[in-house]
Amino acid sequence: MDARALKEGIVSGRLDADALDAGFADLHAPLSDHEALVAADRCYFCHDAPCITACPTEIDIPLFIRQIATGTPEAAAKTILTQNIMGGMCARVCPTETLCEEACVREAAEGEPVQIGRLQRYATDTLMAQGVHPFSRAASTGKRIAVVGAGPAGLACAHRLAMHGNDVVVFDARPKAGGLNEYGIAAYKSTEDFAAREVDWLLQIGGIEIRNNMALGRDVAMAALQDEYDAVFLGMGLGGVNALTAPGADKEGVLDAVNFIADLRQATDLSTLPVGRDVVVIGGGMTAVDAAVQSKLLGALNVTIVYRRGRDRMNASVWEQDLAAAKGVRIITNASPVAVHGNGAVREIEFEFTDDDLNPTGQTFRLAADQVFKAIGQTLNGDDLPDLDGRKIAVTGPGRTSITGVWAGGDCAAGGEDLTVTAVAEGRDAAEDIHAALMRA
Amino acid sequence: MADLTTEFVGIKSPNPFWLASAPPTDKEYNVRRAFEAGWGGVVWKTLGEAGPPIVNVNGPRYGAIWGADRRLLGLNNIELITDRPLEVNLREIKAVKRDYPDRAMVVSLMVPCEEDAWKAILPLVEETGADGVELNFGCPHGMSERGMGSAVGQVPEYIEMVTRWVKQNTRMPCIVKLTPNITDIRKPAMAAHAGGADAVSLINTINSITSVDLDLFAPEPTIDGKGAHGGYCGPAVKPIALNMVAEIARTPETRGLPISGIGGVTTWKDAAEFMALGAGNVQVCTAAMTYGFKIVQEMISGLSQYLDEKGLNSTADLVGRAVPNISDWQHLNLNYVTKARINQDLCISCGRCFAACEDTSHQAIAMSEDRVFTVKDDECVACNLCVNVCPVEDCITMEELAAGAVDERTGRPVATEHGDWTTHPNNPAVRQAAE
Ligand SMILES: Cc1cc2nc3c(=O)[nH]c(=O)nc-3n(C[C@H](O)[C@H](O)[C@H](O)COP(=O)(O)OP(=O)(O)OC[C@H]3O[C@@H](n4cnc5c(N)ncnc54)[C@H](O)[C@@H]3O)c2cc1C
Ligand code: SF4
Repeated sequence: MDARALKEGIVSGRLDADALDAGFADLHAPLSDHEALVAADRCYFCHDAPCITACPTEIDIPLFIRQIATGTPEAAAKTILTQNIMGGMCARVCPTETLCEEACVREAAEGEPVQIGRLQRYATDTLMAQGVHPFSRAASTGKRIAVVGAGPAGLACAHRLAMHGNDVVVFDARPKAGGLNEYGIAAYKSTEDFAAREVDWLLQIGGIEIRNNMALGRDVAMAALQDEYDAVFLGMGLGGVNALTAPGADKEGVLDAVNFIADLRQATDLSTLPVGRDVVVIGGGMTAVDAAVQSKLLGALNVTIVYRRGRDRMNASVWEQDLAAAKGVRIITNASPVAVHGNGAVREIEFEFTDDDLNPTGQTFRLAADQVFKAIGQTLNGDDLPDLDGRKIAVTGPGRTSITGVWAGGDCAAGGEDLTVTAVAEGRDAAEDIHAALMRA
Repeated sequence: MADLTTEFVGIKSPNPFWLASAPPTDKEYNVRRAFEAGWGGVVWKTLGEAGPPIVNVNGPRYGAIWGADRRLLGLNNIELITDRPLEVNLREIKAVKRDYPDRAMVVSLMVPCEEDAWKAILPLVEETGADGVELNFGCPHGMSERGMGSAVGQVPEYIEMVTRWVKQNTRMPCIVKLTPNITDIRKPAMAAHAGGADAVSLINTINSITSVDLDLFAPEPTIDGKGAHGGYCGPAVKPIALNMVAEIARTPETRGLPISGIGGVTTWKDAAEFMALGAGNVQVCTAAMTYGFKIVQEMISGLSQYLDEKGLNSTADLVGRAVPNISDWQHLNLNYVTKARINQDLCISCGRCFAACEDTSHQAIAMSEDRVFTVKDDECVACNLCVNVCPVEDCITMEELAAGAVDERTGRPVATEHGDWTTHPNNPAVRQAAE
């Protein structure tokens, strides 16, 4: 075996460029014209289609697929984007196996749904490649709205508001817009800088100003926003990361999975990005799977996901779990970390098996680890926020918070799954509500 | 987005997509939903004369044929005209038209072949505020046995007579719906024209038996062990309808007579084809019956995208664009030479082109040991069969040989000038003229 692969510690250059390119290539290659026609042909054009209900943004899926089938992917794209302005990204990152495609009647009939996600990508890619932005702004309302966070929720909200003729200023703490589309989504789902290209395309609507490196609470205060703007939308996602409480968790090499992924997403040359030989990921969601799979693709020799409950409780879909397995990631379930061992840097991590109610069994085991990724959930950061519901901002209806004039949506708001598509839906619906409220005022 | 507003015999509708007179337009509930879904107009299900309504069978009235994946390609029906009382239909027509003044509301009629019958019903229709009437001379089953429907439509003299009665007794535009169950569609169209019709609509359904129950030995749909022929419609009939529309559009005697195109319109493309061949609008039935009213949305978005792409400002600019190119065989250019070309990058090596050409055409495709298929130019007559049977769109195409290039099959260079049968030396008429 290659010495680079066996090298202990967190090092870069475990794989050569070709292997890296192959690993990080598009997870689902785009459909060719022929494939798209064949795939579209399978849609039954169901009445009151279950896939529409299953899509958080309620895209008229049968209609857009029919538009593809009749040779008008541009019209299909418009159908998609009218409901979901990030239809391009959603087509790449939606866990369709638990959303639209799970509901497809052909999944019931044949165990093989219509490939909705890939068809959606076919349509939106076609339109975006033409550089067309199919929406235009209504006459100016003279209203100004502040949006906090340029992730899917904030951008969807901003776009809808701008379309209705409002002026929008988006504040984002990070140097680039896009939120987790830019910094979080697995690299093989958003290739060729798609997140940034989509933001540029979205901004073509006009009337949206993005102010980067501007954090709410640090560079701009909540009270000032309420003062200066006619309404405020909070879409700042979950900036914090849950802490690992096991003794030794402060040792070198124990890292937040989201930071690792953000570094990976921003790296211009993956061969310079270091990764451990023996990587252990703690968690059971999409972040855990993404950290594990991308470690493996960077050349880590042994990658293990350890989740404290049973497989059926993992947030990562079965499809995601299978993807991890196919890439050579081992998944251990019903085990909780109890100690991190090592002299300064982590060498081993010790787990105890737990039953489904997380009761310890007394049985422990150790895994060799020179890098440990914590993927045990993100948390909401910030002061002066509206009332919370649990650990997220409480909302009623389309994102109304406890503070009049302040709306919230996306991961930072309670309710809904933490998904890109949900964030888009919530941002869009809040925008409609904000606009209606401002027009009444 | 191109504006799809269409004017047909003076009747305006927001788009050229009307629902044909058929079950989808049989009652207020349906028509309101259709208008909500975006249909530009309807032709209300055919009304008969006052009195006890006709009755329908109480067993199955439809039969179908399917393509792969059970896609419905053809539908046949033995339903008759409306089986609801005349006054109920009239009341509903009036209510719907009042609420949807911008949509076309045409009423289909079929009453006995007597002037009084027509005189009686026309004022009642006028009173609803409907925009026009369509004379159902097409229905091929049931009513025809009673001297109506296609029994009238198959006799040009009757068509002309009834059309004249109608024109004399109403100010409403009159569309005559033609049956395809005749030999030459131009004759009934001319008769309608002569009678003063404002337009013709075609085609109505085609006489058909969709299938036979091989246990009962009875045609389907089977009613208590027996079956009757029905009327066939759906995507499968489109080519027949297109040809009939084209014949009327290009025949000098009927040229310029407005045509409402009917027969298998399922997508925007079908509609555009009918319109290019001269139809001023289209009527749809089977597609709505198969997929629901919502399909009109694809027709609308598709047609307007197409008009935009073509730089056409309105549907009127599309109507008839292909008519000058409808020709007789004798005028087709025999000096236009093409050869099949197989795109090896797209080819999936199924061999269907080979089977088709080798077994049934001109043995012009070669197959190598490793399943590479290539065209033999010295054998290819450009029949297009390989293109038609290939499962991959655009994998096999026809490439024109430039003038001067040698056609390897004949060994002769391709002539620059047009040359057709009328000037061909093998044509006995040409030979005679030369002698
Ligand atoms: C690793 C990972 C993988 C994922 N994979 C998928 C997937 O495959 N499919 C899927 O559907 N979902 C996935 N998700 C979830 C998805 O990314 C989120 O649900 C979605 O991005 C939420 O959108 P948002 O707009 O609410 O928040 P974010 O995308 O988090 O955007 C929030 C924005 O707010 C900014 N911000 C934060 N705090 C402040 C502040 N104080 N002031 C100003 N700006 C601030 C941030 O910089 C960021 O740009 C994944 C998440 C992670 C972490
Ligand atoms: S946005 Fe996502 S869930 Fe909705 S249809 Fe598209 S792929 Fe499916």
